[in-house]
Amino acid sequence: MSADEVLAQTVRQEWGRLVALLLGQFRRLDLVEDALGDAVEAAARRWPADGAPAAPAAWLLTAARRRVVDRLRAEAMAQRKEALLVVEATRPAAAGAVMADPGGLVEDDVLRLVLLCCHPSLAPEVAAALALRLVVGVGTADIARLFLVPEPTMAARITRGKRKIVAAGIPYGLPGADALPDRLRTVAQVAYLAFTAGYAPGSGADLLRADLAGAAVGLVRVTLGMRPGEPVLRALLALMLLQHSRRDARVGADGSLVLLPDQDRSLWRADEVAEGVALLSELPADPDPLVESYRLQAVVAALHATAPTAGATRWDLVCDAYAALERVNPSPAVRLAAAVAVAERDGPAAGLAALDGLDAALPTSHRVPAVRGELLARLGRDTEAVEALDVAVARCANEVERAHLEGRRAGLSAAGPR
Amino acid sequence: MKRYVVMVAYAPGDWESASPEQRQEYFDAHHAFERYVDEHGVRLASGALCGADTATTVGPGHGDERVVTDGPFVELAEQIGGYYDVRLPDLDRAIAAARLLPATYTVEIRPVLVIEGYESA
Repeated sequence: MSADEVLAQTVRQEWGRLVALLLGQFRRLDLVEDALGDAVEAAARRWPADGAPAAPAAWLLTAARRRVVDRLRAEAMAQRKEALLVVEATRPAAAGAVMADPGGLVEDDVLRLVLLCCHPSLAPEVAAALALRLVVGVGTADIARLFLVPEPTMAARITRGKRKIVAAGIPYGLPGADALPDRLRTVAQVAYLAFTAGYAPGSGADLLRADLAGAAVGLVRVTLGMRPGEPVLRALLALMLLQHSRRDARVGADGSLVLLPDQDRSLWRADEVAEGVALLSELPADPDPLVESYRLQAVVAALHATAPTAGATRWDLVCDAYAALERVNPSPAVRLAAAVAVAERDGPAAGLAALDGLDAALPTSHRVPAVRGELLARLGRDTEAVEALDVAVARCANEVERAHLEGRRAGLSAAGPR
Repeated sequence: MKRYVVMVAYAPGDWESASPEQRQEYFDAHHAFERYVDEHGVRLASGALCGADTATTVGPGHGDERVVTDGPFVELAEQIGGYYDVRLPDLDRAIAAARLLPATYTVEIRPVLVIEGYESA
């Protein structure tokens, strides 16, 4: 591996641990991250010339620690309180030994960092940005791309989040065993928010967003690694892996959206499907609605992922899973998905009946008329189908999806009676 | 230790219309809050406020002029009804304390800003 590759890999795998270690020692969120950034920059200059060090993470930690101490000294000089602060900065200096032994000692530090970023007192989108930045080491520009906001907006959001952590006194500690499951549920919700931001269908720049969804998967993996028995994290990881495994097949060569039945199943990541299915097989139904909601969505994703062809999909089981999901987490979006599954199991007329009442619940969604148009077309009611697709096209804000709907409508207008 | 002001808001008339039993529940909840703060930190001050209809607002004006008006500076369905000024180790403790207050309240927790060299908060 070249020095550059070693650095990239170290940053990818060790960023969260390094931030956690430095934060544990210095408790200065503002200094810690900048210092680590500087250390990575220095490594990018030095390693290609000197060769990558034997313990790259320890090298970065030492370099970053020196920078924090330098800055604390500079601050102390400015405030003429040098002695006081330097003592504070160097007190728990044993952390150097910790990197040599990547054992359980560090793990709780990382969990503290995850819980700090995902504290319920932070807005979910702020928490998601902080967690991706501090735990997984995603750059600010990439996080901005993930959430479709300008980079300065995201930089300000991250800064605001760090300021709130310090000013409000959000603790850098582990809550008691009674409160921890609740906090891990928040972590799961934050991670899923980041994941869905990256998973939205699209083209071009959106392919990169699929990569960034992978960073959200990484956040769940890191957290699950520390609390392997937590059902909410296991269910969510299964769901994410099964959805994420299709990323390469969802966009065509021309950037267009490829729907599930038309996807080239050989492009699905078999290892991720296998891992998701294995996780799922060990998860019983859960009384917690959040866990059960993730689990049932994962069941649906697994049924798709393991069907050899679209035609061989077990729609009966998909319908059962959606029916259970409607009981656990009733929402118009679930009812819409359930209606599609019913149409596949019982035919388009049954699907149309299941759409009843959804227009009122989702008055601005393009998906309801899009599904209705598709089902009407299958019944040969082309004129009504074109009317429904007209509504869908008018409401659809995503260019790739709109192009797909327009194509479907054009096919009907040409073939059927007007 | 950090210093927080814990502000409680509730619908006007909540207290006046409460039955004796409900009033006792309110008292118990406040006592539970105070006990929690005493165990984990320090109570600095607290107060229940008279109704917003008794408020007077001195607003910004032009030059040296200030505008004095009747009523609270912002009209809300819920009103700030009282406050606690406390020291607690961190936000999680402050949230735990706030949970003990009557469940009908909306509670806002604000850290108190420390201005370096101005005062020791």
